[in-house]
Amino acid sequence: MRRLIALAGACVLAAAPLRADTIEDQVTTFQLENGMDVVVIEDHRAPAVVHMVWYRAGSADEQPGVSGVAHFLEHLLFKGTEKLAPGEFSETVKANGGTDNAFTSFDYTAYFQRIAADRLGLMMEMEADRMKNIQLDREDILTERDVIIEERNQRVENDPGSLFREQRMAAQYLNHPYGTPIIGWRHEMVNLDLDDALAYYRQFYSPNNAVLVVAGDVLPDDVLALAQEHYGPIPRNEALPERVRPSEPPQMAERRISFSDPRVAQPYVMRTYLAPERDSGDQRTAAALTLLAEVLGGSQTSVLPQKLQFEEKRAVYAGAFYSGLSLDDTTFGVVNVPAQGVTLEEAEADMDRVIADFMETGVDPAQLDRIKFQLRASQVYELDSSNSLANRYGAALTSGLTVEDVHEWPRILQSITPEDILTAAQEVFDRKNAVTGFLRTAEEVTQ
Amino acid sequence: MKVFGSLIAFMLLVAAPLRAEIDIAEVTSPGGVTAWLVQEESIPFVALELRFKGGASLDLPGKRGATNLMVGLLEEGAGDLDSRAFSERAESLAASFDFDIGDDAVSISARFLVENQDEALALLRDAITQPRFDQDAIDRVKAQIVSVVRSDAQDPDNLVGVAFDTMVFGDHPYGSAIEGTEDSIAALTRDDLIEAHKGALARDRVYVGAAGDISAEELAVVLDKLLVDLPETGTLQAAAVDVSTEAGVTVVPFDVPQSVAIFGHEGIARDDPDFFPAFVLNEILGGGGFEARLMEEVREKRGLTYGVYSYLVPKDHASLYLGRVSSANDRIAEAIKVIRDEWSKMAETGVTEEELEVAKTYLTGAYPLRFDGNGPIANILVGMQMDDLPVDYVNTRNAKIEAITLDDIKRVAARVLKPEALHFVVVGQPEGLDS
Repeated sequence: MRRLIALAGACVLAAAPLRADTIEDQVTTFQLENGMDVVVIEDHRAPAVVHMVWYRAGSADEQPGVSGVAHFLEHLLFKGTEKLAPGEFSETVKANGGTDNAFTSFDYTAYFQRIAADRLGLMMEMEADRMKNIQLDREDILTERDVIIEERNQRVENDPGSLFREQRMAAQYLNHPYGTPIIGWRHEMVNLDLDDALAYYRQFYSPNNAVLVVAGDVLPDDVLALAQEHYGPIPRNEALPERVRPSEPPQMAERRISFSDPRVAQPYVMRTYLAPERDSGDQRTAAALTLLAEVLGGSQTSVLPQKLQFEEKRAVYAGAFYSGLSLDDTTFGVVNVPAQGVTLEEAEADMDRVIADFMETGVDPAQLDRIKFQLRASQVYELDSSNSLANRYGAALTSGLTVEDVHEWPRILQSITPEDILTAAQEVFDRKNAVTGFLRTAEEVTQ
Repeated sequence: MKVFGSLIAFMLLVAAPLRAEIDIAEVTSPGGVTAWLVQEESIPFVALELRFKGGASLDLPGKRGATNLMVGLLEEGAGDLDSRAFSERAESLAASFDFDIGDDAVSISARFLVENQDEALALLRDAITQPRFDQDAIDRVKAQIVSVVRSDAQDPDNLVGVAFDTMVFGDHPYGSAIEGTEDSIAALTRDDLIEAHKGALARDRVYVGAAGDISAEELAVVLDKLLVDLPETGTLQAAAVDVSTEAGVTVVPFDVPQSVAIFGHEGIARDDPDFFPAFVLNEILGGGGFEARLMEEVREKRGLTYGVYSYLVPKDHASLYLGRVSSANDRIAEAIKVIRDEWSKMAETGVTEEELEVAKTYLTGAYPLRFDGNGPIANILVGMQMDDLPVDYVNTRNAKIEAITLDDIKRVAARVLKPEALHFVVVGQPEGLDS
């Protein structure tokens, strides 16, 4: 039976839908009375579960002047509550054979544990506890502030590419907080204190600002019952502010930046354009931009690498990138890493020339077919990792999308035409919205 | 307020760890190739992991970087297809082939749909057995690798690794970067790549793991189709090398605000009877998680770093016990002192009963969580074979952990931890450290 179907499938390669169940069959959603969203993703292949709580609050929700506080607070949530001593949360997870961690982005902060499925209740009990009851010592937390400064040293200060990115982002956003790094500006991080952390905590950590995602060997009704028991009693925060950030004014001038550092071994030019993100019920433009990035730079056979790396041999690497998952306006980027002997000015001209040619000749239909088939196949491959599925739903639901939007997304991608892609390209490639950045070695500047 | 009654109840229940519920079949093809398989039919794709023992340490004298360059070219044209046609074909099948290399192995990770499995495997077979090594592809990939080599030369994380390896291994292939140098890469010819291919991808050194929607019978056929055209034998494996270090610090000056350090000395072989106690010991000293002693002392108590870890590195021809830490230039000296103290303390007194119990519960409970998907399972299957473990290992592994006693740990701590040999290589502008 199964072999027959597989053979039949092979004959109609690109046209037929793949025969697997889709993710929609495995997802169940609820909302608790206190407003907490619940997403359950069933995967019964192994007796394990990932339990995540995502807050609709990230670094872009911080007040001015305390950059990094969202991430600092994320660290402090491991430092104890009225019932748990500092470090006891992770110790308990570990003593139950699990692992735990957390992460902070512009639009969300998330906490997760991976553990045997029968320990889910305990994870919820502890996670619900620290949603409201952290207990911190004003002096003790200064040690953790040192830790996040070392984290900044490791991720940013030691890496010129990261410093360059910070400068480009700051230039990209004239008014919106995406221009401030998630980890924070160092001069503000060194002054973060308990009051800053608690102010953010009290404002944003509540069930009506949270999404619970549970993926693994669980049944939706059991998860709902446990969620009601542990998260249900927490009162909603009636004073939760509406999520509106300072927005971008019309951008009227291209910004050009040049960053030099003696540690740069491989110079490159990168340009980002302000670009629309996926909006709930309105994802077509983002889908077209997603495909534009694939067509221009998503693989070896895409436009920029084919022309610049393979045909002309004027680049070591050329590409394009875009992610539509963002609460507010995001960016569409192109990059060119020139071959030896090609200057950055020439590399920029090369990149622009290839894109201009592309706007003339349009999308290669065979390439678009390959991309769309790969996207359909990814709906099969993605079922193999309940972890990454959990991440997808958590990130989407904290970035202004709904479960329906997530499920609609693959169909929208398939419906995008070459004309849609060119239209999106014409709109996004507006130099007034762009930041063009040169990353140089220090020597080049002195020449 | 509700008390954590259920927490205590759960803590008492943890004695019965989760069993990894996977059923591994050993498959031997008509042509004599062996593979391990976990058949998992719920998702219509297959993860296939091939590993060839040897890797970059097979590079012949004067040809450093040849195996790495050869592996980089496997996806750059094969059989009738040039580079672009090969990529287009893989894309049109939505199959992915990753070719990777380490000191001791060439790894090929394939993922393909059941619905076009024959076409995908035919393409993979061509890549493995009939790479074209077209000159324009060689030149292009060489330029990419040179770009990586130059970037690595400015990256403190990479510099510190190479500096440590060079100190320990000298002229042995382990002692230099697998990419080679700009000069050694420039000198490599197409003939060198053909030699490297014959030497590294031979049937006497291949290990195979598969997981997903494929039967043992189908896999047996696949194995022969994929590998039958490869040579029976390849290049002789590299020689064993002794690891000898002395307590001390080597500073590699580099202008960064945060110093990056690797520390370590001789380790313990994977097939040593003391490997398991050493593994548990390391979990307590510097394994992942915030509770390890190094993390507790260096990060949690003093805020000197974002992360500090130690890990056993049992390579095929040498064994190391290593660790990593990074701290601001004016704080790294203190971090190093704390690490030294912890190293000595554990060598002398071992661990507590409680630490051992917590580590056992964690390691036995976390083990089944590793089997979370066809890709990871195929990887584990191939790793077990390369470590010469029996096919029922997944069912006996946790019992081996459970059986370890406090005395075992104490004995192994005294044997494995060598404060008198613990050497730090530091890249940065550290203050208060003398080389």
